[in-house]
Amino acid sequence: MTGQTSGRTASGKSGGKPALVLRGLEKMFGDVAAVAGVDLEVPEGEFLTLLGPSGSGKTTTLRMIAGFTVQSAGTIEIDGVDVTKVPPHKRDVGMVFQNYALFPHMTAAENIAFPLQMRKLGKTETRQKTADALKLVKLEAYGPRYPRQMSGGQQQRIALARAVVFQPRLLLMDEPLGALDKKLREALQLEIMHISRQLGATVIYVTHDQEEALVMSDRIAIFHDGKIEQLGSGEDLYERPSSLFVADFIGESNILHGTLDGGAVRSDLGTWRIGDAPAARAALAAKSAAAVVVRPERLRIIAATGDVPAGVNSVPAKVTDVLYLGSTRKYELKLANGQGASVRHQLGGGEQEWRQGDDVRLAWDVESGVLVAGRGV
Amino acid sequence: MTDSWRRPIRIGLIAFGVFTIIFLIGPSLVIVPMGFSAGSILEFPPRGFSLQWYQKMVTDPAWTSGFINSFEVAVATAICASILGTMAALGLTRGKFPLKSVANAFILSPLVVPAVVIAIGMFSLFVRWKITGSIVGLTLAHTALAVPYVVVSVSTSLRSMDRNLEMAAANLGANPVRTFRHVTLPLIMPGVFAGAVFAFLSSWDEVVVAIFLTTTKFRTLPTVMWEQVRQVIDPTVAAVATVLLATTTIVLTLALVVRRQAPVR
Repeated sequence: MTGQTSGRTASGKSGGKPALVLRGLEKMFGDVAAVAGVDLEVPEGEFLTLLGPSGSGKTTTLRMIAGFTVQSAGTIEIDGVDVTKVPPHKRDVGMVFQNYALFPHMTAAENIAFPLQMRKLGKTETRQKTADALKLVKLEAYGPRYPRQMSGGQQQRIALARAVVFQPRLLLMDEPLGALDKKLREALQLEIMHISRQLGATVIYVTHDQEEALVMSDRIAIFHDGKIEQLGSGEDLYERPSSLFVADFIGESNILHGTLDGGAVRSDLGTWRIGDAPAARAALAAKSAAAVVVRPERLRIIAATGDVPAGVNSVPAKVTDVLYLGSTRKYELKLANGQGASVRHQLGGGEQEWRQGDDVRLAWDVESGVLVAGRGV
Repeated sequence: MTDSWRRPIRIGLIAFGVFTIIFLIGPSLVIVPMGFSAGSILEFPPRGFSLQWYQKMVTDPAWTSGFINSFEVAVATAICASILGTMAALGLTRGKFPLKSVANAFILSPLVVPAVVIAIGMFSLFVRWKITGSIVGLTLAHTALAVPYVVVSVSTSLRSMDRNLEMAAANLGANPVRTFRHVTLPLIMPGVFAGAVFAFLSSWDEVVVAIFLTTTKFRTLPTVMWEQVRQVIDPTVAAVATVLLATTTIVLTLALVVRRQAPVR
């Protein structure tokens, strides 16, 4: 998937102008900034996810792109055209809503034909395109059905067909799978990916489900307090979080707080050297609060006594729980300051097993620790 | 779980319910047999059985023209009130403008202002405009009285409608007018229809304003009845009342059936 992903992004970039550009986008509700200055460039054909907790401004941003919400400041460009002041019905973007928003008084086929009729397409062409769209979402036989006669998953596929049938310049999706159960959600994730790839559509996808974001996206924009906290591929965000928030939000992480001191972070628990992260280090003043982020699968458990190999950091800990999870074993530990930590080991590697109550040390390669700004910065 | 203590309460409640129903509709039903009386004065119980008063109702020009006038005014009122009321409901539920609550209070005021006050006000004004005793005048007056019914009914429909549907329509390329025509209106149609039915009925049996605004040359059914009861007191009034009752019942039943079949999510 990674290969395909980068291929799409690259071809999009070579195509010239980006499909969507947001500059300094802001939205105030009274005194509260729901969106506080978002800058974003989305190349053509990219699948970009806006990910964040509720209230982080991702949905408001999407609504401003669609034109449903008028921005307080900033500009929106679609395909190089400034649409900041263009009303929603002239923006030519497709949108899929969480609650489907199918017109209940129209059949599936009439719903799909609606945008074509609004564009005054001929009858034959409308019928042909509607049939094609139904086929695209594999619901050929469901044209004459009313939305209430279909399941949630089917309704959402019709909504998707309706949103792409007029070949919009952008496809916006607002938590489209939020109302569906897990199994259906996973099936539809793949289907949406395949369809958007097949159409070469540029997709802006909003979700608060990080797994969904990781599975589907070329790039993910992490929203926090109305701003993009970090923008990058899922791998970037997971392996190289740029802040405590991102480290905490994406996946599980062990966060060790301390003070930056040259090439190391110092705390009462120990001193940990940090890998080559010049950018992060440059952004942090010497002696400022800093933290080292280590993912559970990058941690190893070693004996409490004995030498620590070169190029490895360590911190003393006590095993509090051992959880068997099938393909992995998870250790829950407690550090000397009471802070919890977790370690995940792939089973079958023949590693030593530890028991509850063992005094051990947590160890990680210097390169797998990520330096971020600490609390209070 | 024995029902020993429940049964008396149940019986008591049913008896109370039945009594309430009789109390509410009894007076209306008493009128029905009186219209079939063979006697010549309005009385209960009626003497004998005849259809002579129904015959008089459909032949006497005072009654027939009253029927026609009432029907025309009621239909015109229903149409005008539905259009104005729907527009007002749209503005009041979707619009954002200063003094919205004041506007709302004004539009709904005919529901609470005493009918006789409205009647006197309209009478003085319509005399000057020279539209008393005409379909136009009475339709105008009844429309003002009926608009609140439509506003309330349509507002309820609008509020229960998913706003995302209108956004979806806009997103798919429909301008505001087409969004209303193709999405909003079809979805609130049951509310508009119910409002129109209430508007029709409110005009159909309206008597206070009608007494002020009708003349000897232009009478509606309720005003003819009022005159007749004061002067003649023959059972034709009971026959007409029975027809009014039947009309109301049929129209309301029809409205309920249509409402139930409407495609609401």
